[in-house]
Amino acid sequence: MNKATTKLLTELRKDGDFNATACINCGTCTGLCPHGLDILPRELFRYVILGLEDKVEANIETIYSCLLCKMCEANCPGDVNITANIRTLRNYINRKHFKI
Amino acid sequence: MNQSIGDIVGILADNLALRKSVMPLSAKQSTAWAKGLNIPHGGTCVLYTGHMYQLLPYISTMQKQTEMVRSTPLVHTFWIGRLINKFINTTWFMARADAKQKKIYNRRLRNIALLLRKANVDFGYLYGKELYAGALVSDLGGKDILEAHARRVYAMLKSEGVKSIITVDPHTTDMLKDMYATIIPDYDIEVKSYLEVLAEKDMIPCKKNEGELAIHDSCVYARYMNTIEQPRKLLANAGITVKEPAQTGKFTQCCGGPVEALYPEKARKFAKERLEQLKATGCKEAVAMCPICLQNLEHAAETEDITIRDISECLYEAYCDDPS
Repeated sequence: MNKATTKLLTELRKDGDFNATACINCGTCTGLCPHGLDILPRELFRYVILGLEDKVEANIETIYSCLLCKMCEANCPGDVNITANIRTLRNYINRKHFKI
Repeated sequence: MNQSIGDIVGILADNLALRKSVMPLSAKQSTAWAKGLNIPHGGTCVLYTGHMYQLLPYISTMQKQTEMVRSTPLVHTFWIGRLINKFINTTWFMARADAKQKKIYNRRLRNIALLLRKANVDFGYLYGKELYAGALVSDLGGKDILEAHARRVYAMLKSEGVKSIITVDPHTTDMLKDMYATIIPDYDIEVKSYLEVLAEKDMIPCKKNEGELAIHDSCVYARYMNTIEQPRKLLANAGITVKEPAQTGKFTQCCGGPVEALYPEKARKFAKERLEQLKATGCKEAVAMCPICLQNLEHAAETEDITIRDISECLYEAYCDDPS
């Protein structure tokens, strides 16, 4: 059983305003994604908020597959900075996993 | 697979940190397009290429090589490549651009410079001092490296006395206009794309143009900075009929180019999907306004009955290429 923690979110917020908590889980982003990636960004950001780092790690390919095209962000009713959040997440993975 | 992502991102980030570009080009390679144009050196307003058009022919070759290696056990040796690249610029050995492609991309930059000249815009060029803006590393999450690079670019611009910049592609525009402003306090360089600059001028076509084109908006121009009307205005003013695909303007569909470096097979799939939308307009030609879109869609269109063109080519023909 996973235990929720704010550790990951706190860590990411050192690198930028990771505003995933503004997400209202409406699903607009997943519906509009030209990739058809159902994990991005709504569910993924939820994993971050809950501190489920193993779930985030399991989706590294998806995280780097995002086109940063802003189709989701331009239509997000919660004004979540989705592309900035993805870049922040990549920065975290680059440092932690790829030692960049 | 994930580790190869890390190694590719690592090589690009190392190159930016150590050699000031994701794929360092010599000054001769990056400035060849301007030969014979007599553009003044420097000045307060400069045309800033950000090396995107110049890099594309090299990136294309490198991606083909990388793709071949990725389907073999050699993919597990990428980390060695990254290690060696820290000491020796391996891109010098790997990237051999096609001469014809280089000529085509250089001609597109020349078109832009000649269009600005035709519109009586006073501009200079930084030649070998110009630096890559860092878009790819920014997108791949290389925050610290990007920030250091942005400060380096800004210091160079200030030392050259640059106050305003005219950009040629959406990614460089986004970096210099918006991203740098989030990194550098009191960032004070005015940035406009050449499409914005030209659209503000009352340009007169040099001949009667006709025909129709499908338009492909770049995601970055359309959704990041709302540059949607300017290319349409310039094309329509020239007498060209602009046909809109199913998804257009603010709702433009990505060409897939942004994932080309890491997932070329995905990039190809998205380019095909977008190409179908462009073909559905019934046009035999479509225009792109970003070199990344252009390259990705051009590859997708190789076996199709539609030609992808850079908007600079169409605008040059309409406004500068006087047949008389």
